[in-house]
Amino acid sequence: MSPAPLIVFDKVWKTYGQGEAEVRALAGIDLAIGQGEFVAIMGPSGSGKSTAMNIVGCLDTPTSGRYGFMGVDAGRLDRNRRAELRNLYIGFVFQGYNLLPRTTAVENVELPLIYRGVPAQDRRALAMKALAEVGLEDREHHTPAELSGGQQQRVAIARAIVTRPTLLVADEPTGNLDTARSHEIMQLLTRLNEEYGLTIVMVTHEADIAAYAGRTISFRDGHVASDTKKLEAA
Amino acid sequence: MIWETVRLALRSVRRNALRSFLTLLGIVIGVAAVIAMLTIGSGTTQKVKADISQLGSNLLIVRSGRPAAPGSGPQQTIRPLGEKEVAALAAHLEGVRAVSPASQKQVRVVFGTESLTSSITGTDNAYLDARDWKVTSGRSFSESEVRGGINACLIGETVRRQFFGAGDPDGASIRIGRMSCKVVGLLEPKGYSGFGQDQDNVVLMPLSAFQRRIAGNRDIETIYVAADDATPTQVVQTRIEDIMRDVRRVTADREDDFSVRDMTQIADAMASATATMTGMLGAVAGVSLLVGGIGIMNIMLVSVTERTREIGIRLAIGAHEKHILIQFLVEATVLSLLGGLIGIAIGLALAGAASLALSIPFVPSLAVVLLAVGFSALIGMVFGFFPALRGARLDPIEALRHE
Repeated sequence: MSPAPLIVFDKVWKTYGQGEAEVRALAGIDLAIGQGEFVAIMGPSGSGKSTAMNIVGCLDTPTSGRYGFMGVDAGRLDRNRRAELRNLYIGFVFQGYNLLPRTTAVENVELPLIYRGVPAQDRRALAMKALAEVGLEDREHHTPAELSGGQQQRVAIARAIVTRPTLLVADEPTGNLDTARSHEIMQLLTRLNEEYGLTIVMVTHEADIAAYAGRTISFRDGHVASDTKKLEAA
Repeated sequence: MIWETVRLALRSVRRNALRSFLTLLGIVIGVAAVIAMLTIGSGTTQKVKADISQLGSNLLIVRSGRPAAPGSGPQQTIRPLGEKEVAALAAHLEGVRAVSPASQKQVRVVFGTESLTSSITGTDNAYLDARDWKVTSGRSFSESEVRGGINACLIGETVRRQFFGAGDPDGASIRIGRMSCKVVGLLEPKGYSGFGQDQDNVVLMPLSAFQRRIAGNRDIETIYVAADDATPTQVVQTRIEDIMRDVRRVTADREDDFSVRDMTQIADAMASATATMTGMLGAVAGVSLLVGGIGIMNIMLVSVTERTREIGIRLAIGAHEKHILIQFLVEATVLSLLGGLIGIAIGLALAGAASLALSIPFVPSLAVVLLAVGFSALIGMVFGFFPALRGARLDPIEALRHE
């Protein structure tokens, strides 16, 4: 019995450019992702997976079709409403970490709370709690330059979960990390998924990273090529 | 939230210290120039007004000869003023405080072994009235001294200092040209005039004594008229002209062979000329502020481009357009406000130094300072707006891809 879908793609098209130069990134995608799922998205470059991720993360909107997020027609919201949606319900983790340079770990984690209007003292406490959750409570005053890649990605994850989001969007979160660090990050994401029921949608190129997810969706030429669920038996 | 943004802006200014400083420099120079110009200007205006009021309030000066007109060439033979003009003005002029004849000559004055070339003025007690001049010790002329042309003198502060040092000049006898003259009183110091003339290097004596012993004729050079406070000087000027034409038989078809100068009008004219000059210099300085503003715009565009990725991150995690707009707007404003404050300090320092050097009063104006603060903040906002808007309008996906 899967919960009501958090994410619904209903005949979603996304095209760039016009006329001869028109590029179809998504060609009528239908897709549903339920609350609490851990989904890996795979596919070669140009398959439309990044476009799909941007729409899932409410960073982009479909050219046609409907993108429903938490029952809201997110594809038709203006950019500021989508910014609110992201701030309240979505956390982002990127391949290149995307932390603010020359800004301490705890300040980076506080950032989404600033835009939420959380008072300064509460911000600090929440940020420290999120850092503790990713095992970096003793690194709060380090700047990104003083942290290893794995540590930077943990700070980024802390920043993504500090607002207690419903959805975590991860764009090749292990792409810049070595194997050992990659598996540590994946174990952390798995724990967040299992312990908090955090829905995770993750783009990856690597099969062993995708294996952490309960469901793998492959994109090809703007279509969903395969959509497989891992058996719970294991 | 706004405090947070200001802190963020200050941090960003500090991070790029050299760049911020160079950007600030435009605003600093602009504000400093405006403040210095306006402050020095209002000091000069005040000085000009004070100098002219030193001559006496509501003062009109009557002289012989046509009013000087540019390119009028050499003047024809001048009919000097005389006793009858003074008598007519004294008898018929209404709305005046004092009418006083005066003639003047530079003469060598000797006392003991000291000597000094001084301005010797033959006049009467009304002169002191007309010029608002007080006798600080001793007395003014007595009736009999004026009427009889007795050799009695009032001396200015410079003359006293030269001859008597700390001593008391009262009753001493000084030599003026070939005559000797008894000092009866000391005049209140007036300092230098706006034209650099030492107004205290004077000796006053009764007019008839001056005419007989110094000038050798009965001409009168100048008639000073002081209007009373209730009568506008323009009205008094017209009345003087009427009486003078009558006495000197200047018919309507001829030009006046005398001039009446209204010192109040001259003071106003000079003050307003100075004020206009100040305004123009201020405006020129204002142009450099504009240039400073463009510098801010330039650097904010660079800053927005450099921080495209940061903007992308902020947008992705939920910043509104307005958050980004405010962030960069505050940064530009902090930058130009900082420049403005430094500029005010430098401008006031310059004005202070200039007023010492030019011996004009230092009159810093709170209004001007507040205006400069407001204006530099405004410049930051105006010139920061376009770059900030550009940052706020960035597409988060594009911005995140930016290297």
